[in-house]
Amino acid sequence: MSSQDIPEENLPAEHSAGHNEHGAVTVADDKNPFADPGLPPHEHRVQDIDERAAKRSERVVAMLFTVSMLATVGFIASYVAIPHDKSIFVFPIGHINALNFALGLTLGLALFAIGAGAVHWARTLMSDEEIADERHPIEAPPEVKAKVMADFKQGAKESALGRRKLIRNTMFGALALFPLSGVMLLRDLGPLPGTKLRHTLWSKGKLLVNVNTNEPLRASDVAVGSLTFAKPEGLEETDENFQTEIAKAALMIVRLQPENIKDKQELDWSYQGIVAYSKICTHVGCPISLYEQQTHHVLCPCHQSTFDLSDGARVIFGPAGHALPQLRIGVNDQGYLEALGDFEEPVGPAFWERG
Amino acid sequence: MAALVVLLLALACTGGLYAVFAPASKAQADETAQSLAIDEGKKLFSVGCASCHGTGGQGTSDGPSLVGVGSAAVDFQVGTGRMPAQQPGAQVPKKKVIYTQAEIDQLAAYVSSLGAGPSVPTKAEYGPDGADIAKGGELFRTNCAQCHNFVGKGGALTHGKFAPDLSGVAPKHIYEAMQTGPQNMPSFPDTTMTQQNKKDIIAYLNAVNGDNTESPGGLELGGLGPVSEGLFAWIFGLGALIAVAVWVAARTAKAKKS
Repeated sequence: MSSQDIPEENLPAEHSAGHNEHGAVTVADDKNPFADPGLPPHEHRVQDIDERAAKRSERVVAMLFTVSMLATVGFIASYVAIPHDKSIFVFPIGHINALNFALGLTLGLALFAIGAGAVHWARTLMSDEEIADERHPIEAPPEVKAKVMADFKQGAKESALGRRKLIRNTMFGALALFPLSGVMLLRDLGPLPGTKLRHTLWSKGKLLVNVNTNEPLRASDVAVGSLTFAKPEGLEETDENFQTEIAKAALMIVRLQPENIKDKQELDWSYQGIVAYSKICTHVGCPISLYEQQTHHVLCPCHQSTFDLSDGARVIFGPAGHALPQLRIGVNDQGYLEALGDFEEPVGPAFWERG
Repeated sequence: MAALVVLLLALACTGGLYAVFAPASKAQADETAQSLAIDEGKKLFSVGCASCHGTGGQGTSDGPSLVGVGSAAVDFQVGTGRMPAQQPGAQVPKKKVIYTQAEIDQLAAYVSSLGAGPSVPTKAEYGPDGADIAKGGELFRTNCAQCHNFVGKGGALTHGKFAPDLSGVAPKHIYEAMQTGPQNMPSFPDTTMTQQNKKDIIAYLNAVNGDNTESPGGLELGGLGPVSEGLFAWIFGLGALIAVAVWVAARTAKAKKS
């Protein structure tokens, strides 16, 4: 605290005059139409006037810093004392890990108390006297400018760039070629997918394998109102390309009453009401299987596209542009469901070349 | 003479014992109990259910046919309080259970007598013994998580329908729901999802969303993962910090309040 803040000398009534930095600094005239009002008169805080209030603030700040110290000690103590697998019930959070809770609480309190103490200190006890500080000119003085120009000319002359043309030209060549390596790496964005987006692993005669049991599905296994997910026969989760392939071939299988199917092609491509649709949304490719068995609607959780599985999976709501592709299925002579070919159209979201 | 008396006594005893332990009479007793349950169930049905489901459970314009839904469906719908429904709407929510378990069993006996369907599972089928929690998690994420969320906290469907939160749902009722597909939920019959699969799923749910499941960090915000948690921290955490900063700066420290 500076001597200016001694309460007796600074009572508001006494000091209002006599401080030049407060009040108008310039007045308006022909050259400068705007008067500079200067700083408003300085107002004192309770702590500047009343030493007891200042002492109180000091104690509050010290108390906050002490709380922080205690919280840090508490952090170390909880780290040592609380077993890492102990669980406690804290309302309203629920059953949580006791160690996490204690560490978070003490660490948060320790940091908060430091911050709160610093803010309270700065606001009530540190000097809040307004000070005007003029900006220095941005332009360098003429002698500095002359020195820099002279240094630059000297350097250019000593590098002999103008005289040794071989060095200069090869340097330009090296600098011009170097960015090409960055351009070359753009090749890794390719190659173009070719026909990969148009074909999946499904082909004629491939069995539909239940992903729950990893066994081929029989037509009699699939009940009306049930929902089953299938992958093509031969594709195993341990395969290197499993993710790439299942991302296109994932299938959801539901069974409707054949008389509830409104779309003729859907009925033709189904087997006794069992329909197999791509599980990949045609909007941006989210897995879509929020199937409502009474309405036969399938909802995409990402953007709420809704498809009607009883009407060729046509879009009835949302941003999807295409119906879900249907896989043509039948049964083989042992009663297992099998694909009768690949999807007729690309699965998943549209792309430029899809047309 | 004594030998004759002993013989007669022995015969009488054997006959008596046979009469007591004979399998036929036991079956008969069971059958009687069963038909009694069906009769009682029919009475309950006529009072509480027939107005929507028809006097013979054949269904009306207000409620579906119950022929062939099985006792598991009745135990689920009535046992979770969904039935009797309070009012028509997008979805019948679970509420306070109206009937006692004995009455529910009688109703179930009556409805399953209308046509064969899935029966109420036994404790051995849904109990935790021999369940693989990790496999259950895999199965849950494949078959259930799209609607019920990764740890079964539930989610929204179309037109006011929703997949309910699965916390606090009895294992028996979860099993029955998978088996029968109540309301708009598709069914997962034993032919496509085996009994062992169902048991694994129930064990997984109990591990991640049971009554005593620990949530190490607390306040998991519906188990939706880091995106919702991060968004919460950005909006509410940073919002609170900004509000505190504004509050600190807005309060004057001057002695003379303006």
